[in-house]
Amino acid sequence: MQRGQGFKGFLNYIRRNPAFGGGLLILLLLLLFSTVAGYFVPKEGAYPLFTTPKQKPSAEHPFGTDSVGRDLLPTLIYGTRMTLSIGMIAGCIGLGVGTVLGFMTGYFGGLFDTIVKFFVDVLMTIPSFLLLITISASVPNPEEMSVIQMALILSLVSWVQPTRAIRAQVLSMRERAFVMMAKLSGMSGMEIIIKELMPNLLPYLAISLAGAVNGGVLGSLGLQTLGIGNLREPSLGMTIYWLRYYNAFLQGYWWWIIEPVIVIAAIFIAFLLISIGLDEFANPRTRRTV
Amino acid sequence: MRIPLSYVFKRIGFLVAVLFTAATINFLIPKLAPRDPVQELVNQKIASGGLTSQGAAEFRDSLRKLYGLDKPLWQQYLTYIWNTMRFDLGYSIVNYPVRVDFIIGQTVFWTLGFVGTSTILAFLIGTVVGALVGWSKTSKWFSWLMPPLAAFSAVPAFIIALVLIYFLAFKLHAFPLRGGYSATIVKDWSSTEFLLDVAHHAILPALSMLLVSIGGWSLGMRSMMVTVEGQDYITFAEAKGLKGSRIFFRYALRNTLLPQVTSLAMQLGLIVSGASLVETMFSYPGIGNRLGAAIAALDYPVIYGIVFFLVVGIAVATLVVDLLYPLLDPRISYSGG
Repeated sequence: MQRGQGFKGFLNYIRRNPAFGGGLLILLLLLLFSTVAGYFVPKEGAYPLFTTPKQKPSAEHPFGTDSVGRDLLPTLIYGTRMTLSIGMIAGCIGLGVGTVLGFMTGYFGGLFDTIVKFFVDVLMTIPSFLLLITISASVPNPEEMSVIQMALILSLVSWVQPTRAIRAQVLSMRERAFVMMAKLSGMSGMEIIIKELMPNLLPYLAISLAGAVNGGVLGSLGLQTLGIGNLREPSLGMTIYWLRYYNAFLQGYWWWIIEPVIVIAAIFIAFLLISIGLDEFANPRTRRTV
Repeated sequence: MRIPLSYVFKRIGFLVAVLFTAATINFLIPKLAPRDPVQELVNQKIASGGLTSQGAAEFRDSLRKLYGLDKPLWQQYLTYIWNTMRFDLGYSIVNYPVRVDFIIGQTVFWTLGFVGTSTILAFLIGTVVGALVGWSKTSKWFSWLMPPLAAFSAVPAFIIALVLIYFLAFKLHAFPLRGGYSATIVKDWSSTEFLLDVAHHAILPALSMLLVSIGGWSLGMRSMMVTVEGQDYITFAEAKGLKGSRIFFRYALRNTLLPQVTSLAMQLGLIVSGASLVETMFSYPGIGNRLGAAIAALDYPVIYGIVFFLVVGIAVATLVVDLLYPLLDPRISYSGG
């Protein structure tokens, strides 16, 4: 971001990296949809028996209603909010743990590194979704699970990828000349990590965060689609669960099927574009354009 | 090319560690959770009538004994590990006398059929498309394929499945909405009619998996193709005056295929997780749908048994690829493994 400072410089950069800009734009629109729109649409509509069921989209219900009388507009607004919150909390915890473990193991090495690396390798082999099923199926009263509880369960697996990725980057950077210089100038290990390594790895941390949030959203969607988790509070996975439960297909309620699909597709495409854009930022030489 | 024995032992040791960890998690998680499946079952029986409080206590104790829950924890753990290693996964609680390994045996071939077919097809199509897009001498029109393929690869397969079911099965009636075979047909694996019916039912689930995975393979292949094209040996092959197709297949494609095989091993877990949800969408009679049904009915032995079985399958498949890989690529070194 050499050309220009602040917002103008940022806009300049977006022009050269349209994937990143496009992804941010979609994510921003989704966030606006799930927060600002909530001020105009009351949450009561996202629960059963709110209105006449099985209505096609109309002026009164722009997104239509489902077969137990939820208005789909508030269901999707609050559902997107819940699903994104779960993903973001789980992703942030995952990145936090992954950053600490990744820097510690990558920079200091030793027995701690061997132990962490072993667990990371084992957990990379066991599919995280299956692990999540085992864990969340054993939680008492899953039907009352809160956003935080769901996010905590997801964060049990969301630290693995960031730890692996950050550790690998730290390992490759540890032997560079500028780190040697810092060591010779008498900086301590922690100082080097915070002042020298962190700033250089910021784009990789951002990539890890995007990946971890994406994984959290995907995990919560998958669990809720299988009927694990809070099925009363509106969320995108819950919407999919109920449309299957009430056989929306056999009755041809196209709006009930297509709307959550579009929102979910938009979320994942936004994360794809952002990660492509960040990748371009971190390794300008690879040029992974789509 | 021989693989050093130490490498084989190291990998097998890792496999044992993975299985041991998976079994331990399966044992520990339910113990840590303040949830008592036996009591829940007894409560269900009381609720449905026919059990006095005296009978309920006896029933509960006999169930505890049957599942070995009256023994100390360490003894339960050793029994569990020993049983798991012999692949004795216990009984289903909901369909009581049915064994979990029997349930797995009944469902796993349905999953292997459509997931295997779609994975192989996606790997082949994605690799070829990615190679053609990455190779600079092919038509530029190929690069228009990438954005839609990449977009598909980002969206989970079960979401794609929803769209396919709605448009192709419900609207156009081109494919069945659900299931692995028609309810009206005689289930006879030797009749062509039945096999065609099974194939007809498998197309949509396989297509949802296919659409999602082609993008990943072609993206990976394209970037490797771009890298390979800049190598000196390609320039040399061109200078020698070799035919374009020969350079493409023998010089470029062959060298880029090997990393693709590694990512195939890495993707197996994701493919299996994705397939379970796709099966649920189609009520396909595979192992993933059975897992979903077990979750809905809180049938813990079946949940843990299927999860453990899938972990074993993926870990073994990964091991096989890891052991085959040095045979495919003589450049690989074993020390890093």
